[in-house]
Amino acid sequence: MKTLLFLIHKEFLQIFRNKMMLPIIFGIPIIQLLILVNAATYEIKNINIGIIDLDQSSLSRRFISKIQGSQYFIVTSFYFSNKEGILAIDNNKIKALLVIPKNFEKDIIFRNTPIKIQLLNDAINSVNASITYAYFQQLFSSFLNEEKYDKTSIQSLKIDIIPKYRYNSDFDYKKYMVPGVLVMLITLISFVLGALNIVREKEVGTIEQINVTPIKKYEFIIGKLFPFWIIALLDFTIGLILGKLFYNIPIVGSIPLLYLVAGVYLIILLSLGLFISTIVDTQQQATLVAFFFLMIFILLSGLFTSLESMPQWILVINKINPLAYFIQTIRMILLKGSNFWDILPNFTAIIILAIISMSLAIFRVRKTQ
Amino acid sequence: MKQLIAFIRKELLHIIRDWRTLIVIFAIPAIQLIVFGYAMSNDLKYIAIGVLDKSNDGISRKIVSNIAFSNFFKIRYVLKSETEIEHLFQSNKVKEVLIIQPDFSKKIYKEGSVPIQIIVDASEPNTSNLAVNYTSALISSFFLKFSKNPANHQPYSIEVKMLYNPSLKSSWMFIPGIIALILTLISVMLTSVSIVKEKEYGSMELLLVTPLNSSIIIIGKVVPYFILSIINISFIFLLGHILFDLPVEGSLLTLYVLSILYIMLALSIGILISVIVANQQVAMLISLVALMLPTILLSGFIFPIENMPKWLQFFSYIMPPRYFIEGLRGIMLKGNGYKELSINYIIISCMIIFFISLSIKKYKSRLE
Repeated sequence: MKTLLFLIHKEFLQIFRNKMMLPIIFGIPIIQLLILVNAATYEIKNINIGIIDLDQSSLSRRFISKIQGSQYFIVTSFYFSNKEGILAIDNNKIKALLVIPKNFEKDIIFRNTPIKIQLLNDAINSVNASITYAYFQQLFSSFLNEEKYDKTSIQSLKIDIIPKYRYNSDFDYKKYMVPGVLVMLITLISFVLGALNIVREKEVGTIEQINVTPIKKYEFIIGKLFPFWIIALLDFTIGLILGKLFYNIPIVGSIPLLYLVAGVYLIILLSLGLFISTIVDTQQQATLVAFFFLMIFILLSGLFTSLESMPQWILVINKINPLAYFIQTIRMILLKGSNFWDILPNFTAIIILAIISMSLAIFRVRKTQ
Repeated sequence: MKQLIAFIRKELLHIIRDWRTLIVIFAIPAIQLIVFGYAMSNDLKYIAIGVLDKSNDGISRKIVSNIAFSNFFKIRYVLKSETEIEHLFQSNKVKEVLIIQPDFSKKIYKEGSVPIQIIVDASEPNTSNLAVNYTSALISSFFLKFSKNPANHQPYSIEVKMLYNPSLKSSWMFIPGIIALILTLISVMLTSVSIVKEKEYGSMELLLVTPLNSSIIIIGKVVPYFILSIINISFIFLLGHILFDLPVEGSLLTLYVLSILYIMLALSIGILISVIVANQQVAMLISLVALMLPTILLSGFIFPIENMPKWLQFFSYIMPPRYFIEGLRGIMLKGNGYKELSINYIIISCMIIFFISLSIKKYKSRLE
């Protein structure tokens, strides 16, 4: 026990001897959390739209002012030819171009069918493009409705489906993203610190000195992991508090439960990091390998793009992705207040992954000693 | 010049000798491109829903089967009472629950109302909105067919043209971002250790007593990685083209000029880190922890910059990958040339000059 305490003390000294470590471990992640969650939004407003009005009638002008009045579109400029308009899309000045044809007014008044208008969409971002189209369709049909030129056939039947939005009824992306980004940041920190640890001692040569001491293997591993475990949990706590203060993220579920899962989760990453550290020769290799796994873990975890849109075989890979389990769990606990039994399947998976990665690390460390 | 060539040869030898790193450098982009190209998408498929059909008559069953056979939903649970709803949401088993009130067909014929309720898990706003929209659309189109009363309906058509990405492939949008992310991080990681490693090993003193001046040392350190990165990016472009039919509408030359400029930028960021920090550990932490998230989030890779709040869009102007991703999408999908992208070229060049002169300055001050 005494040796263990000394070892932990030594690790802490080693980490904080370097003055740059403190801001890297605590400063950078927290600042990133506070600033960058604002970027993670799919909420689409203020789509820049250009208009070519070939009709120049009072009706077409009314339609344009309706577009200007909507919260989704900003009419940035008017063009006189298709070529001019498409050039503007090419140059990223506008995202969509509306062409109102000649006889727009006449067609509507004399009920010539069908009324035709054209929408050219910058579709590089497919989501934005389809949402732009959907907004536009809504706008157009409500315009026709207001102008009393459209009578829907199902007037006799009132379809008023009133959806009930639960857990995040004000559609605030930050409430959804803060927990996820926080998990990503502690993952990054713990995984990279773990991966750089032993290989650094190898490169500097101090690993031999440790090997000749009578330290037991479990003492060595715990001594290595415990300081980082504490650091990551501290990061987690600071992030949660600031998330609450700045973005008012909901904390519906039980906090002890959250820490229980977080504690076990961190063991996975730290031991995986340690495992990588024993395999590679240089810190550079360690980081490259860590980068590879981190990117896969993060981008497949459902953090930024939803799991529902991934193909089946990715979901199979995700069965061994600890981040996917934990991000789902933290969102469940914080936003929905899920209890222990609700998260049990995820938690079991996390425990199993922790056992596997811990055994991998223990197995490898013996070989190097 | 001769000195420089000799120095570059020495550095190249160092890199090639370390074959494990070499494998990693080439394998990482390939695997990541394949996995993410297929995995990252925003098209919703199969949202898990639960159905509570309290009337269970002819029409209500037809509506449910209509939803079951659509491509968007998968009916995972058929509920018996409202008490089960809470649990299904809490344990993440369904995203949406559809409730059909009792005496469904009676209410439709007699009262002319459609007693359907949708409850949706809105923790992720976009999915929940889409789910509600899809459901309502399915139900209304069902009733449109059902009522068969097209009188008074004036059809209109909106002719939509989806420019640059007509089949709305998510991969076309994401792959330029993935390329930028991989290239940025790998280039920075490679060069960020280059000088600090010599410091840590003590071979820096040896370099300092040679008659090489600081710019030769820095250039010599960068050139080998530069060559590696160009081979690497050609390989990535090729993969993207073969696997995802990613087009290159613009000229290949423009594409390469942009990529070469950007590689130089990423390498010069790495060199700056390497000159500033004291040891490899810090260098690696900075290049991963400090660069990864901003590169993912502020560059327009996943989240469109125009959706962000104004002050944050301002931040994105200082993110180097932003200009690269914009340029890649412009050249590959839109067929942009130098004229449209001149700003991107100019800003990237300015950034290179800024980072390199800063590192030479920092490096010199260390000599004294």
